[in-house]
Amino acid sequence: MIRVVVQKSPIDIMAEMARVEGEAGAVATFTGLVRADDGVETLELEHYPGATEAALTKVAEGACVRWGLSAATIVHRVGPMHPGERIVFVAAASAHRGASLEACAYLIDRLKTDAPFWKRETRGAEASWVEARDADEAAAARWER
Amino acid sequence: MTITLLYFAWVRERNGAGEETVTPPQEVKTIADLVDWLSTSSAGHAAAFEDRGRLRAAIDQDFVPLDTPIGQAREIALFPPVTGG
Repeated sequence: MIRVVVQKSPIDIMAEMARVEGEAGAVATFTGLVRADDGVETLELEHYPGATEAALTKVAEGACVRWGLSAATIVHRVGPMHPGERIVFVAAASAHRGASLEACAYLIDRLKTDAPFWKRETRGAEASWVEARDADEAAAARWER
Repeated sequence: MTITLLYFAWVRERNGAGEETVTPPQEVKTIADLVDWLSTSSAGHAAAFEDRGRLRAAIDQDFVPLDTPIGQAREIALFPPVTGG
């Protein structure tokens, strides 16, 4: 079962966990939080409606096929948020831990390079778009085969 | 042929709008050609597309390289490298 959600509201981890667990023997999850890097006050996420959901679904389907998952969840927030808030949650459910742990890393690595989201940071009166990182490209590339 | 163009993040800000509809001339074959053609239309477009190395594109919601032929595209999006997660 694949669950992909792009939402403005906060992420309810307990509700997401209950959905993904099902009859699985193992669930691995990753949660990304807004950092207060160099005094960031607000982080705003822009996305490409339609294309975002399609890209995330493709990432989740890829993980399900490759690791034989029973379920995969990707929840990503958009709009303005503040340090400490959850920005992204991914979960992979499988029979044993090996598959879910690897699939969880795959989900977040690929999401970072394959889904059309853009971050804009605000510090006081100054706003700037976050630059893409080569390290993220490298992390996603390690799953190529 | 009429194409809907979508812009995101700083490409959108520099263009001054997130969406427009264009009918490119016949000699515009690829997305790179389209970007060249658009750049001549206003200072905002020129500024948005100045840094080709940091420009990414999608045709009908699929990520593609800039040298991709436009073909029968109905929607083309231009944007910076993505930074989600």
